[in-house]
Amino acid sequence: MHDTKVRLSDAVERHTLTVLVDNEAGVLARVVGLFSGRGYNIESLTVAEVDSAARTSRITIVTSGTPEVIEQIEHQLRRLVPTHKVTNWTSQKAGIEREMALVKVAGTGDRRVEALRMADAFRARPVDTTHSSFVFEITGAPSKIDSFVELMRPLGLVEISRTGVAAISRGPEAM
Amino acid sequence: MDKDNTLTAQAIEAAAEAMTGAQMVIRALRDQGVTHIFGYPGGAVLPIYDALFKVEGLTHVLVRHEQGAVHAAEGYARSTGKPGVVLVTSGPGATNAVTGLTDALMDSIPLVMLSGQVPTHLIGTDAFQECDTVGITRPCTKHNWLVKDVNELSRVLHEAFEIATTGRPGPVVVDIPKDVQFQTGSYHGPQAIHHRTYRPRTDPDAAAIARAVEMMAAAERPVFYTGGGIVNSGPEASKLLRELVDLTGFPVTSTLMGLGAFPASRPEWLGMLGMHGTWEANHAMHDCDLMICLGARFDDRVTGLVKAFSPGSQKIHLDIDASQINKIVRVDLPIVADAAKALREMVRLWKARKKKTQDISPWWKQIDQWRTRKSLSFRNSATVIKPQYAIDRLYELTRHRKDVFITTEVGQHQMWAAQRFHFEEPNHWMTSGGLGTMGYGLPAAVGVQMAHPGALVVDIAGEASVQMTMQEMSTAVQYDLPIKIFILNNEYMGMVRQWQELLHGKRYSHSYSEALPDFVKMAEAFGCVGLRADKPAELDDKIREMIAVNRPVLFDCRVDPTENCYPMIPSGKAHNEMILSPDDGGEISDAGKMLV
Repeated sequence: MHDTKVRLSDAVERHTLTVLVDNEAGVLARVVGLFSGRGYNIESLTVAEVDSAARTSRITIVTSGTPEVIEQIEHQLRRLVPTHKVTNWTSQKAGIEREMALVKVAGTGDRRVEALRMADAFRARPVDTTHSSFVFEITGAPSKIDSFVELMRPLGLVEISRTGVAAISRGPEAM
Repeated sequence: MDKDNTLTAQAIEAAAEAMTGAQMVIRALRDQGVTHIFGYPGGAVLPIYDALFKVEGLTHVLVRHEQGAVHAAEGYARSTGKPGVVLVTSGPGATNAVTGLTDALMDSIPLVMLSGQVPTHLIGTDAFQECDTVGITRPCTKHNWLVKDVNELSRVLHEAFEIATTGRPGPVVVDIPKDVQFQTGSYHGPQAIHHRTYRPRTDPDAAAIARAVEMMAAAERPVFYTGGGIVNSGPEASKLLRELVDLTGFPVTSTLMGLGAFPASRPEWLGMLGMHGTWEANHAMHDCDLMICLGARFDDRVTGLVKAFSPGSQKIHLDIDASQINKIVRVDLPIVADAAKALREMVRLWKARKKKTQDISPWWKQIDQWRTRKSLSFRNSATVIKPQYAIDRLYELTRHRKDVFITTEVGQHQMWAAQRFHFEEPNHWMTSGGLGTMGYGLPAAVGVQMAHPGALVVDIAGEASVQMTMQEMSTAVQYDLPIKIFILNNEYMGMVRQWQELLHGKRYSHSYSEALPDFVKMAEAFGCVGLRADKPAELDDKIREMIAVNRPVLFDCRVDPTENCYPMIPSGKAHNEMILSPDDGGEISDAGKMLV
């Protein structure tokens, strides 16, 4: 009977959560304020209206914490008045997560050729090209973008703009 | 939109009435059954105050500071079970209310605060008396709204009452720009409200209740650990708790916020638990094999050192707020529900169960042994008034009455009151538990007395706390509220002094009040009655005089300045490491000193 009281792992895990909210004034501030006020982490956050007729917005948050903290975060998000639904893709193992990034690389000669070759291998598309630079558009799991960025670093990486993660469930059902 | 909805929408539209935003506010308050508002006027709420002018059946209580309005509304709400209503102006009106809102959020008190805002076209321009009220109050309310469209106003007002009073209760704020107060729009009654997302869960899971009853029947060393959730659920929950204790014979302890839900005169009562709880309550919590937590939240003042908290017990946690489950302590059986609904099912299943229950008489024998420590005893004096003695006398001289309401400030006097003033019924004890707001008790007493004319309302106070909201004496005089401010005057911020003694080498840094007012003269200046007691022998007569006079009284009870509040679980210690006196040692570790 003591087993249940053993604290879950203290290991910090990364989780991706989606919150479906009523798109009312200040709703994003409520969500963000909840994280900062209670000392939770936000690794990335994306938000956009997804149904203008129903006035709902979808917020996807990548956060990290111990399993207990993650459980608290889910409860606290559900407690917000404008929240319709909260889904944890990481614990459900049923989500697809994608992120888009724009990656600017400057250089000439071999480095430029190598950057373009790497981009091709990653299916990153040049969306702006000059004689001395590229801007690549890359889409994929966040880890793929991380890898791409690391490869670009020695080839003249100038800056990166990432969208943060968007997530959706596999199969025919909505979240 | 389907046909039914269209019809409903038409019916609602037909029921709408045209009026100004300010008139809607008054109408909505009436439709919500509000009879009292605590407030303070100012530029941005003038249209609402104009609509309020000479309205019958809606009493406005003019406070002297907006913090006082919120605490008064809290006292009103806690003592009646109805939501408290506050009306303040923009800017400083709203910011002054923030402490009260936070207090109400921490203690789950239903409040609806209406604030004026600068006109919509001036929002964001740093206008006179402008502040971002919804931004500032977002983290200290259950929900809040800025209403920019007069046609949304009635819906928001009714939603505000619904959200404040249902589920886990709490404060809400509706911020209304001045131009919206002047504009004309259509008003809808409360019946038209159906919130899009807000669905508090109140019905218990049947399987969880069945499991709880099974665990209770199998327990050898059970304890009920009850909290403010029982009080907030309504009088029915307190009744059912008593019935469940009648049936099971289990011991009961309570948090500070839950006092009164179970009668202190009953043999199953162990007294309050936690940092200044009784020996028997804390030891029962530590040694139990089944903890049944009903509407409490494992606050740090209750648990002491979490990793040593009740190590051998299974835990059932009933709470209406799912986010409280597993927040501090992992529990074996969570039940998310309204306390009364869950208790009703527990009582029903307990009565219906076939299996025999465990014999808990050895457990009671152990508890009775703990009781022999008499942890609330103190060494009395014939020459100086001990604060414990003062509260004992106040209790003894008023216990024959059923209409005694106690409010407190925050500090030693609050803990002594919680330990020694015994309550038989819920809603008679108003104290700032979660936030620990010095200055809560005096305005709260104003609110309580407003709701209960003729009752005996006593603010058990400290001389430091009471100075924080002293100006509300003037409110008490204006409305003929015969509240009694019973100050245990030890000339120190007593709890600060006690911690400095125990943790900071007796370096009493800024905890001595070197320039106290003459409270008797001050009472007279306010138009109240001032009384003073210096000697134990004169105390009873002075208390009788305080009760007899039908006017607000400020009672300056001069007590032993260096008395400490025991028992005490020192910071960072477990329940079974509590100390009963300074001689108990109780060395506090460095880790303990880091705690508050």
